[in-house]
Amino acid sequence: MMNANRLVVLSKYFQSGQRLLACNVRHAGKKVQQVQQQRLFRTHCRQLAYAKDLFLGLLNKDEVFPYPEVGKEEQDEINQLVAPVEKFFSEEVDSAKIDREAKIPEETLKGLKELGLFGLMVPEEYGGLGLSNTMYARLAEITSLDGSIAVTLAAHQAIGLKGILIAGTEAQKQKYLPKLASGEHIAAFCLTEPGSGSDAASIQTRATLSEDGKHYLINGSKIWISNGGMADIMTVFARTEVVVDGVKKDKISAFIVERAFGGITSGKPEDKLGIRGSNTCEVSFDNVPVPVENVIGEVGGGFKIAMNILNSGRFSMGSSSAGMIKKLITMTSEYAATRKQFNKSLSEFGMIQEKFADMALSAFAMESMAYLTAGMMDRPGLPDCSLEAAMVKVFSSERAWICVSEALQVLGGLGYTKNYPYERYLRDCRILPIFEGTNEVLRMYIALTGMQYAGKIATSKIKEMKKGNIGLAVSMIIKKAMSRTTSSVDLGLTGKDGVVHPSLKESAKKLELSVTHFGWTVETLLYRFGKTIVDEQIALKRVADVLINLYAMTAVLSRTSRSISLGLKKHDHEILLTNTFCDEAFFRNNYMLVQLQKHTPENDEANIKKIAAAVFQNRSYICSHPLDRTF
Amino acid sequence: MSGRVLVGVKRVIDYAVKIRVKPDNSGVVTDGVKHSMNPFCEIAVEEAVKLKEKKLIKEVVAVSCGPQQAQETIRTALAMGADRGIHVEVSGKDYETLGPLHVSKILAALAKKEEAQLVILGKQAIDDDCNQTGQMTAALLDWPQGTFASEVSLEGDKIKVVREIDGGLETIKINTPAVLTADLRLNTPRYATLPNIMKAKKKKIANVKPADLGVELTSRLEVLRVDEPPQRLAGIKVETVGDLVSKLKETGKI
Repeated sequence: MMNANRLVVLSKYFQSGQRLLACNVRHAGKKVQQVQQQRLFRTHCRQLAYAKDLFLGLLNKDEVFPYPEVGKEEQDEINQLVAPVEKFFSEEVDSAKIDREAKIPEETLKGLKELGLFGLMVPEEYGGLGLSNTMYARLAEITSLDGSIAVTLAAHQAIGLKGILIAGTEAQKQKYLPKLASGEHIAAFCLTEPGSGSDAASIQTRATLSEDGKHYLINGSKIWISNGGMADIMTVFARTEVVVDGVKKDKISAFIVERAFGGITSGKPEDKLGIRGSNTCEVSFDNVPVPVENVIGEVGGGFKIAMNILNSGRFSMGSSSAGMIKKLITMTSEYAATRKQFNKSLSEFGMIQEKFADMALSAFAMESMAYLTAGMMDRPGLPDCSLEAAMVKVFSSERAWICVSEALQVLGGLGYTKNYPYERYLRDCRILPIFEGTNEVLRMYIALTGMQYAGKIATSKIKEMKKGNIGLAVSMIIKKAMSRTTSSVDLGLTGKDGVVHPSLKESAKKLELSVTHFGWTVETLLYRFGKTIVDEQIALKRVADVLINLYAMTAVLSRTSRSISLGLKKHDHEILLTNTFCDEAFFRNNYMLVQLQKHTPENDEANIKKIAAAVFQNRSYICSHPLDRTF
Repeated sequence: MSGRVLVGVKRVIDYAVKIRVKPDNSGVVTDGVKHSMNPFCEIAVEEAVKLKEKKLIKEVVAVSCGPQQAQETIRTALAMGADRGIHVEVSGKDYETLGPLHVSKILAALAKKEEAQLVILGKQAIDDDCNQTGQMTAALLDWPQGTFASEVSLEGDKIKVVREIDGGLETIKINTPAVLTADLRLNTPRYATLPNIMKAKKKKIANVKPADLGVELTSRLEVLRVDEPPQRLAGIKVETVGDLVSKLKETGKI
């Protein structure tokens, strides 16, 4: 019987490429395909970084092991830089006052500028500090102690002036960066409009070229602009008319706009739930003249620049959230260890212990992921880590919200009052899943980028098959047979050439199993939906969540392997954290992958859609009241 | 006059850290504990840098005695505005027994070698609270001393120092060269800004051994035991004055 099946499979390969995917999926010999992948793409350009290949069930261990290392000199530098910033924040920053008055005092802003915090990543030749992504992430752990300051700084340098930094001409850099680095000028990033938030490509602000071709006139309005009220230099995105292959098209361009150009009005500051000290307002542009030299990059290439800017700033949310949670752990554990109820201190109760364990695990995973990503980004060759950065952002923002909420819970009524900073941390935290790309949009990005990649690989394989590559087909069949008899999965993390420390063998195996299972599931989904996968948000959400867990597991395994090998202090504790985290993540992944394998109606997606449809039809909850009668 | 000022900076456990005694009572736990520059040394560096900014002196040299990590403290001084540093290497057992007499001998030797016009130190270190190094250094050099300085002004080749003493403030005028020790209200030290830290990387730190300066580090003191301060006991509330008196008699206080 087996032989017959194999022949059938072989003939099907030659029949039609389309069915290939189906065959692969129906017969669970996925390992074959992966081995094939490795042979075909060994010379595959490394620029795509780590996460995309997880969609194929591939683990590029060289990308993520060993954990990124900074040189001794850089480490000394980091320690030197951290000390005065910590000192400043603990002595000169009154977060309660900033929150109460919804303003950062001039004195404090001046101190921040003098410290050099406004030009961290601007190269030294333009007056900045020229820090690497890793060092920036390290400092973000401290600036996050005050949410308003963190956002003001990030809006200025992580996105506001980033455009000039990554896509500006030498002339633009010379002209604008020095004053921006010193903080004399503050920058803002102007993309979002009343009608275009997540759908950034739909912005309506226009830039029309003047008669003499020397200026663009910008008209439109932007909302939710951080630093909008005080920025002197703004990166503004507007639609411009371009001619592509003789056809007139409306494409987005990026401009450096100075408030001094005139025609710019800032609305009144928004009254926000949190990060109240950060200035957020509407900015309107009324025939603002912008010289053509101020276009960033190419005319019409603005959207790509916007995405690059946003992608490059995201990863630091991991370290800033971790910094905040570590502080919360210190504050809250002090309380839990001293407060007594029922003749025991709170720290002796299991439910409280669980909360602290969760906080420790969250901070551990967040910082591991953040620094892994920063380290990857600091590698020469400008690798594309947008996927990894997005995952760090989604994970950190959501876990931070939960951790702050639990920390507040530990303090009970006290945590609920303004006498303690917990309610402020909670309010400041709530923006994290919203800005810099809502977590919903980022999940779609994460899932679809990977699915698209996996789909392309599958399609090109089909092409190879169609060319009549018999050797390929035969080896696949053999491998399929083999994989049915061997039940173990080995992606190279442990064993002779293993990169994970032997004490973490169990967790490494779990990661490998999860990655393999994920690769199969991705194929199943591609087969089931094909191109319409784009509309299956509920499934894609699960895909993104699994991937995020995989990345988190990778980060903690890599970090702890390094800690053990170096003999860092408390590495035993790290082993404990890693194993616990991987255990949890593995089981959560299993659940989600099983849900994804199910066809409707078993997986509830159709039901969810029905419920939502009913609600939207009536724009309200539609059930009859439980006390209603018909008789 | 060389216009050169020597500033001594000491690496101590950070003031905000909760100190713990080692289980064997031989000392305090320093491993993995946050260290920083002694706060009074920061004030001393600030004063020296201010004098340089007023162009009253030409060069500020920061000195620290200790193991490899002392260089971090010197770097902080450089980031605050010192021009160069001297690291006197003392490690291991020698460092554990290093005291004011040794340091003052080292500083005196360096002051002579560098032809310093002024030596500014913090009035005391927050770990041992000795309050001796400045005074001993002046004595070894046979220079005048202005200790517990809360105000310093250079007037020609003399220095006017306002000193904080128990009775109030004392103003004295001393000749140069001299040794000053900084008290709390002398100034408010600046933050080492990040750009200055980066610039400080290029400044030089020279390495010197105590033997090169002719200083022997044998200690005449031996630490027998280190204990935590006694735990504060709970108080007792009493209802009347009569109760108070009887309780005091009971516990043998009166």
